[in-house]
Amino acid sequence: MDPAISIRPLLAIAVPGLAALAILFLNRRERLRDLVSPLAAVILFAIVASMAPTVLAGGSVELRLFEILPGIALAFRADALGMVFATVSSLLWILAAIYSIGYMRHLNEHAQTRFFACFAASIAAAVGGAFSANLFTLVIFYEALSLVTYPLVYHHEDDEAWRGARRYLVYLMGASKSALLAAIALTYQLAGSLDFVAGGLLAKAEAAPMLLTVVYFCYLFGFAKAAVMPMHAWLPAAMVAPTPVSALLHAVAVVKMGVFCVLRVVFDVFGVGLVAKLGLGIATAYLVSFTILMASVYALTRDDLKARLAYSTVSQLSYIVLGAVLLSPVAMVGGIVHIAAHAFSKITLFFCAGSIFCASGKRNISDMAGIGRRLPWTMGAFFVASLSMIGIPPTAGFVSKWYLVQGSADAGQMAFLLVLLVSSVLNAAYFLPVSYTAFFEAGTQESLSKVREIPLVAAPLVATAILSVLMGIFPGYFLTLADGVVR
Amino acid sequence: MGLPLLSLIVFTPAVGAALLLLLRGDGAVRWTALGVTILDLALCIAMLAGFDTTTHAMQFVERHRWVPALGITFSLGVDGISALFVFLTALLGTVCVLASWAAIDRRVKAFMVSLLVMQALMLGVFCALDLFLFYVCWEAMLIPMYLIIGVWGGEGRVYAAFKFFLYTLAGSLVFLVGVIALYFQGGETFDIIALTAHNLPFAVQSWLFFAFLIAFAVKVPMVPVHTWLPDAHVQAPTAGSIILAGVLLKMGAYGFLRFSLPMLPEASLYYSTLMLALSALAIVYGGLLALAQDDLKKLVAYSSISHMGFVTLGIFALNLRGLQGGILQMFNHGVTTGALFLLVGLIYERTHTRSIADYGGLMKLAPVYTSFLALFTLSSMALPGTNSFVGELLVLSGGFAANLALGAVAVLGALLSAAYLLGMYGRVSLGPVSAAGLSKIRDVNAREMAAIVPLAIFVLWVGLYPKPFLSIIDASVRHLLVQVHGAGSGP
Repeated sequence: MDPAISIRPLLAIAVPGLAALAILFLNRRERLRDLVSPLAAVILFAIVASMAPTVLAGGSVELRLFEILPGIALAFRADALGMVFATVSSLLWILAAIYSIGYMRHLNEHAQTRFFACFAASIAAAVGGAFSANLFTLVIFYEALSLVTYPLVYHHEDDEAWRGARRYLVYLMGASKSALLAAIALTYQLAGSLDFVAGGLLAKAEAAPMLLTVVYFCYLFGFAKAAVMPMHAWLPAAMVAPTPVSALLHAVAVVKMGVFCVLRVVFDVFGVGLVAKLGLGIATAYLVSFTILMASVYALTRDDLKARLAYSTVSQLSYIVLGAVLLSPVAMVGGIVHIAAHAFSKITLFFCAGSIFCASGKRNISDMAGIGRRLPWTMGAFFVASLSMIGIPPTAGFVSKWYLVQGSADAGQMAFLLVLLVSSVLNAAYFLPVSYTAFFEAGTQESLSKVREIPLVAAPLVATAILSVLMGIFPGYFLTLADGVVR
Repeated sequence: MGLPLLSLIVFTPAVGAALLLLLRGDGAVRWTALGVTILDLALCIAMLAGFDTTTHAMQFVERHRWVPALGITFSLGVDGISALFVFLTALLGTVCVLASWAAIDRRVKAFMVSLLVMQALMLGVFCALDLFLFYVCWEAMLIPMYLIIGVWGGEGRVYAAFKFFLYTLAGSLVFLVGVIALYFQGGETFDIIALTAHNLPFAVQSWLFFAFLIAFAVKVPMVPVHTWLPDAHVQAPTAGSIILAGVLLKMGAYGFLRFSLPMLPEASLYYSTLMLALSALAIVYGGLLALAQDDLKKLVAYSSISHMGFVTLGIFALNLRGLQGGILQMFNHGVTTGALFLLVGLIYERTHTRSIADYGGLMKLAPVYTSFLALFTLSSMALPGTNSFVGELLVLSGGFAANLALGAVAVLGALLSAAYLLGMYGRVSLGPVSAAGLSKIRDVNAREMAAIVPLAIFVLWVGLYPKPFLSIIDASVRHLLVQVHGAGSGP
């Protein structure tokens, strides 16, 4: 099918970008300023949704601006993989925007204008990455995302925040200025272009297998946002950010940008055929399996709820990569669908952590005894999202895990089947105790007597919990897109 | 075209300098100097507008008799490579006048005269088609530069100026020997085009290659003959630093492009691995030195060594992407490092300290200033979307093709640049506000904006749409490749 030429991919980047400027401009008029984000989010979602029918039908929406270098253009394309990422980011931005207003107002946070402006700019960068048609355009948005999220990480401007933000930038920039830069320069050298090509840009390149292997791993670790160990340490450090940031950016937009880039490399730069020929699929699968299990073990040991969620994210991101590198179509579908499944559930969990913090000031799980009775909506949503993370039907997590398990069996890789099962047990082991503590352990009642739900915070998290279930029951949209990628 | 455009470009600043001598009052001097540089810039833009990008031949050529007995002529002409640097020189010339507006408050007239004479000579170097004329301009540049550092510099200005003079002079003397040898070996002519067409035996090429290397390596500067650079930069007034980094360092690389590669192609090919290794050394060593600096100016100065390493790496990759990238990086480095020196100068005027440790939290006090600092810092570390990324991508791509291992070393330098530049920016702009003296700091004013904004535009223009810049140099670069590799053999 011929690609549809349209300005909509660019418009989708411009809307949150302009929203960021409008927020800066409305610095002094708080109520008006706070309206900008939800409004822009709805418009953005509408733009993204308007492209869905074309993409679902197997087409793509393209916009080529101009040539930068021979074989490199500033160009955008909304294809199936990009749509998965863009749909998730734009849909969840609507809820996160409302949640942020409730959260920031309730805690009376400082520098709210900067916060909301950077937040909107982050979405612009994430959507830009989703709709990039080549590596050059992609890395522009990839790096922009690192930069505009940086002020969100150091938001509190205390020692802990500066330390965390520093580690954040050192890891992300360090990886991209070394491994990623080398990978891109070598790719350009080998292929004479940086375009994403179905079947692989490098598939026809004449290069030594050793060199291609090096390039591949440069990509895998260069895209540090994917948090494949040992490039994961920035993610727990980023948890010093306010919780809405951890929720939308460090569970959805930023980290999904990382795995999205890795999937782009596997599918459109190397191509499934070349990855298989070089034997890189299985090697990567072992690598990410280590990450899956190790991060889960880390998560078990954390009492700070956000830290536990962060390590869980590290683990879950590697599910997505695992699905892709198993190289069986079913597993790939599982990996791609997990982008959405994990997004809906993990943002819920973070929203809950923020809600608990807003309502009670508590961060540690051990202090949350009995809090479920004071915050039934929050902890109810937490429980639902936990089930999804573990992969229990009828939640979103079940769908992706089903495909992942079936895919590893298809690929004849029983070892990874075992990894998935063990990690599911670990998921249960670190998530269910939270609900148990909250609902069934007796807390000191007087300290919780003033704790109650905050409507503007609780409503979005209930909505995302419902989304997690809805996606489990109606996974058609994402499955169709994933099929479109794999086909 | 009847108008001798290049003569106008070269002589406008010289005439302007003479005009300044007749003026009284610092205000009149400043405004006239600004007018002259803007006029010169306008002439350069007119030149680029009439530039034919489809040919590698010299354009706007003018030839006048000078010393017929020795075959010396006054010949000017530009190809794509020199045209780009003529423009850069005029652009930074205007920026320099604006940067010196308030910073230079004594002997204003003498300073502006030096600045304009300097500009005329630099333009002469880039336009010269006669080796003798080239050498005269090349040498004469030392005098105004010596004065700019030695008279209007910081506390150690005399030492720094002397060191700069000595290093460059030593290099130049070897260059002179090379020039004379070339004159006799190349058919007793100073005509650069004729010399380029002349085939020299390999042994002669080798000797000349090293003679030129010494001269050009001092200018670039390449490790280990770089030690004059930090001293000169730290002591020079802001405008001096901008000229040094923006244009003077380019002269060395330009020398390689104009002389070594086309005139000594076999030697250039033969010694290219050596040159790549020296470049990689400069990239990493300069980066490590920059990492250790607390003085803002020194940090930018050492970063220049590292960045110029990328330039020479690209040039001696001797392939299309490498050369394109190397030349583009020369332009980018001029814009970005020029702007960084300008910004360091602006903040020094306010606080009278260049020690990074004295700063902190500047973003709260001067948000516009720190925004520009962020832009140029990111440009300098080659963030995708900025000018340097395009150049660096081309250089590395060409470098990898020439030598995988040395390309990998260069990537290490890119990592270092992120480390020292982001570290610098973080310590200056972020964190808590440090010294009490900073609290009354003033953000950039309109005149300062006028100097910064054009440079900022080039950062994004080259970063997102480098085609106009690459198409100016394209034909010349391809011709250069043919000259080095011989006709028929592709890059």
